[in-house]
Amino acid sequence: MKSLLARTTVALALAAGLTLPAAAHRTWMLPSATVLSGQDPWITVDAAVSNDLFYFEHVPLRLDGLQVFTPTGAEGKAENQATGKYRSTFDVHLDQPGTYKIAMAGGGIMAFWEENGQRKRWRGTAENFAKEVPANAEKLQVTENSRRMEIFATAGKPTDTVLKPTGKGLELVPVTHPNDLFAGEAATFQFVLDGKPAANLDVSVIPGGIRYRNDLGEMKLKTDKDGKLSVTWPQPGMYWMEAEVEDTNTSIKQAAKRRASYNTTLEVLAQ
Amino acid sequence: MRTLLSVTLTGLAATPALAGEMAVTVEIPRLDVAEYHRPYVAVWVEGADQSVAANLTVRYDVKMRDNEGTKWLKDMRQWWRRSGRDQTFPMDGVSGPTLPVGEHSLSFDTAKGPLASLKPGSYALVVEAAREVGGRELLKIPFEWPVKQSFDQSVKGENELGKIALAIKP
Repeated sequence: MKSLLARTTVALALAAGLTLPAAAHRTWMLPSATVLSGQDPWITVDAAVSNDLFYFEHVPLRLDGLQVFTPTGAEGKAENQATGKYRSTFDVHLDQPGTYKIAMAGGGIMAFWEENGQRKRWRGTAENFAKEVPANAEKLQVTENSRRMEIFATAGKPTDTVLKPTGKGLELVPVTHPNDLFAGEAATFQFVLDGKPAANLDVSVIPGGIRYRNDLGEMKLKTDKDGKLSVTWPQPGMYWMEAEVEDTNTSIKQAAKRRASYNTTLEVLAQ
Repeated sequence: MRTLLSVTLTGLAATPALAGEMAVTVEIPRLDVAEYHRPYVAVWVEGADQSVAANLTVRYDVKMRDNEGTKWLKDMRQWWRRSGRDQTFPMDGVSGPTLPVGEHSLSFDTAKGPLASLKPGSYALVVEAAREVGGRELLKIPFEWPVKQSFDQSVKGENELGKIALAIKP
């Protein structure tokens, strides 16, 4: 009896421990298609924050900071933007041949401190930090975060102009083109942090359709010394790939650490 | 019960393969479905590395205005990946209208076009079909090139394709 109780406690503690890192919901963009032919292709994209992939069940993803890059690297348009109860949507007209990138990148500084016994919280940019956070703030805790979410779609022949990393934060550098993925084949990707290979990075790959199966089906991968990893797609479908890293490479000295994250949604076609 | 209609696409079809000829038979099956559209079909020769050595024919809805029929070419996903996405449409001497239900014979002179430059090696004839509101099927017939004696082989599809035959005369 006692041992059963002890075991239950351990199980509960484990469960609690396991849920902590996953407490944040998953953030995603889901394109209606990624490989397109024809004279006038369009895609529509759903964007949401949820637990299960890819279902709208929590909150919509706000479209602030949404960027579209055309195959030449120039900025394009996200048309018909709308935000509903559970999801946001927008359309992208692929009016040039080649690969488009749709990205949401951002980040900032979070600060916590105490003022006359009251807890204060601030979010903003590195530039405004000195102006808005008192220099003599008590019990000041500062963290920096950098987020990037991207999806890709190709009209006609895949191109790679938009695949070049910006050199800021955690980014994916596809070795295998992200719109040329097939079930049963291996794809290689590189992760870079501020443009440099992100070695030994934990990367999670989860197939969509979670609601209709018991097993999460998560593939836990790790990048090698060059920041590269290889993934063999078990079946066709949409996959969510996510990685997060913490380091001390902050843009302001008050921030002790930086958390950088990246995620993308990849479509894997059937053979 | 499938009904076969014999449709002659080229004058050569009814006669046995001539010297230096590659004859391909593609059967489009009659399907018992509520909404039927003729399938898009691509026929090509692939090399040992799966690259496209010769595009033989690509059949899609060429009648739609503004070339809108090209929107579904990507549904022939292997062909699209291996060759289609590199092309402009219509493809000269390769693309044509969709094929009706029945058996179609296509013949190609091995001394002309892309077949003339085929290097000795292992190849496969590939036929891929994709149908609007329907399914997709891909069939292959491997062969060695060049042939020393007459080559004759066929395979049978299960859903979107019927009999596929390849006859090569040296």
